[in-house]
Amino acid sequence: MSETDIGEQHRLIAKAMNEGSPQAKALGFSTLEIGDGVAILKVPYRTELVGDPETGVIAGGVITTLLDHASGQAVHAAMTSWTSIATLDLRIDYMRPAEPGKDILARAHCYKLTRSVAFVRAVAYESDPEDPIAAAQAAFMLDSSAGKKAGANLKPPGSSKKEGGQ
Amino acid sequence: MSEAQDRLVAVLGAIPYARFIGMKAELAGDEMTAILPFSPEIVGNPMLPAIHGGVLGAFMEMTALAQLSIAETLKRQPRTIDVSIEYLRSGRPLTTYARAQIKKVGRRIANVHVEAWQEQRAAPIAALRGHFLLTGAED
Repeated sequence: MSETDIGEQHRLIAKAMNEGSPQAKALGFSTLEIGDGVAILKVPYRTELVGDPETGVIAGGVITTLLDHASGQAVHAAMTSWTSIATLDLRIDYMRPAEPGKDILARAHCYKLTRSVAFVRAVAYESDPEDPIAAAQAAFMLDSSAGKKAGANLKPPGSSKKEGGQ
Repeated sequence: MSEAQDRLVAVLGAIPYARFIGMKAELAGDEMTAILPFSPEIVGNPMLPAIHGGVLGAFMEMTALAQLSIAETLKRQPRTIDVSIEYLRSGRPLTTYARAQIKKVGRRIANVHVEAWQEQRAAPIAALRGHFLLTGAED
């Protein structure tokens, strides 16, 4: 695949992840940049997403979801073909409250990819990534849906194993 | 209603984002169970479908905050310092429950562990460990 094809593929994955994921859509996520293992996403400020009504500061949980989503896109941006991924762990340090009323950005970088695992660092900020609201470190499992068919989670666990595999 | 129940309802009712994801909580004596009913909006992966990992993290973080609010007399909502989330199983399109254990409360910092499960308490889908700053607890 040529570099422009890969770039186009990354943009399509970002679009599918923002518009096809109901929670990302509900939060209004958009991808500003994607490529070379890096993804920059934005969540617009809304009063419904406030976590501390006394200050109007957006909920930490919204930042958690944004960092997880941006990190996932960074993993896809580090690969040349699509594979299913799943978050193994996510560690977040909250350095300061987000500024009320402002949109929040997250910049994620997939800095290491092995056969089974991807490692990502990410920061959330309003305008300057050097002055972060929060920093995250995450690990993702690659090919997480191996053998699982669409709708696998509609059945009880274990029942899909018998028909999966191969 | 007990004083703790009153505080719990007040705390969750006042957080717009708790309403946004549809989180609730129940108290049995001093034991709180947080409840996240399934709704199509909390899905992250529409193929499986699976609940968004961020929503599970957010749900467990708010479970920790709610547990602190009923266990401690606080003037303000505690501030999250850090959280470490482990994803154990895919969140299926079912009701999710969570319980928090306060491991330590110091003068300024609390350490809380949370576990979330769906059909089986013994098969948790995710866990969270976090530190929280107890602002205004001492003044």
